[in-house]
Amino acid sequence: MPKLSQEAVQKINFTLNGDAETGLAEPRMLLSDFLRNVMGVTGCHVGCEHGVCGACTVQIDGKVQRSCLTLAVQVEGRRVDTVESLAGRENELTDLQQAFKTHHGLQCGYCTPGILMSASEYLQQNPNPTEEEVRDMLSGHLCRCTGYAGIVNAIMATAKQRQENKS
Amino acid sequence: MKPRKFDLVRAETTAEALAALSEAGGEAKIFAGGQSLMAMMNLRLLDPSVLIDISQTAELSYIKEVGDKLEIGAATTQVELLSWPGLADRLPLLHQAIPHLGHFQTRNRGTICGSLAHSDPSSELPLCLATLGGEVVLKSTRGERVLSAADFQLGMMTTARTDDELIVAARYPFKKPGEGFAFTEVAQRRGDFAIVAVAAVANGNTTRLGVGGVADKPTVKSWTNLADENLDEELNALAWELKGSDDIHATARYRREMVRRLGRRVIEEANSCRS
Repeated sequence: MPKLSQEAVQKINFTLNGDAETGLAEPRMLLSDFLRNVMGVTGCHVGCEHGVCGACTVQIDGKVQRSCLTLAVQVEGRRVDTVESLAGRENELTDLQQAFKTHHGLQCGYCTPGILMSASEYLQQNPNPTEEEVRDMLSGHLCRCTGYAGIVNAIMATAKQRQENKS
Repeated sequence: MKPRKFDLVRAETTAEALAALSEAGGEAKIFAGGQSLMAMMNLRLLDPSVLIDISQTAELSYIKEVGDKLEIGAATTQVELLSWPGLADRLPLLHQAIPHLGHFQTRNRGTICGSLAHSDPSSELPLCLATLGGEVVLKSTRGERVLSAADFQLGMMTTARTDDELIVAARYPFKKPGEGFAFTEVAQRRGDFAIVAVAAVANGNTTRLGVGGVADKPTVKSWTNLADENLDEELNALAWELKGSDDIHATARYRREMVRRLGRRVIEEANSCRS
């Protein structure tokens, strides 16, 4: 049975934003700290560090999760996507990111990466949500600047545009 | 904050998890989804010296029918149960309650059995288990036992699980013909722990009401042939019996009023949707 000693630094092989990467972490290191301090992916923001604020939300194997409630060693062999994965190599914004800009979906921007990761997965699962459903999904994130109106508008507008593009 | 140091066991099988639990002699915690555990460890409210990770233990991740109940394995996440195709028809109470449980982001990771193990008195899954009369399966290197919700849930974040036992599965009874179900809660925001949560089951003769967030564990009251004109009096008596207390979120008086009002609402709703 694989047992990792508390002092032992582990080599973690995983896929980060599409690239195969390796990093070192001891068992107690949180994924949020690992991404920021070891891998240099600072788009993963750290807010409350106990799962409430949602700032550190990332996708693991395509499902959004709190990186502050995940251990770095648990992503061995898995795929992690942070906000850096969205824009692509040419730094072009995705339609969702552009909508956040258009609809004033952010001010200070601290909560934004987590919300973008959540909304990306959510719109794949529920491509045509109601405003109430979007607000329900957003209950897992705290934003102190916008009052949420701009965020809701940005997500609704993205969903609508994608529906129109399809038809 | 960050957790203190711990050894990590990645259990590949149930047997490995049980062996590690037995060896640790009460110093270990099970990591299934970590949505309560890691928060408590980050806040240094918990300080286990061994963490046993069962999140990738394949044999503990399943949903299957066992007789008149649905059995859910220890590593099965809340979103996996919510996506189970028969949930709305066969377990309507869970179908109504799970969307109140945490958030979209935490349900992706949080487990059914983990929530039962954590046993927060205002949590939705322990309340549904108590109201439906479900059971949990506990396993250790010494053997296996099955406990009813009433025998398992002992009090505030306290269960009958012993240090060397793993909750390997939870069993929720399916809807029977003629039964109606309703669930509602008040919380400060969607997904927070409920201030008061209520669940009702009615079959025309028997009415069962479960209340969470008031007493130190989910409490279930049963009535036979409950007449509408007696309902307010019965709910008032129950509201006082639960002996809720004041806390930062609500007063005891507010909680009693919620038991009276929400209790009536779910009992009426459960009766009106019997099928």
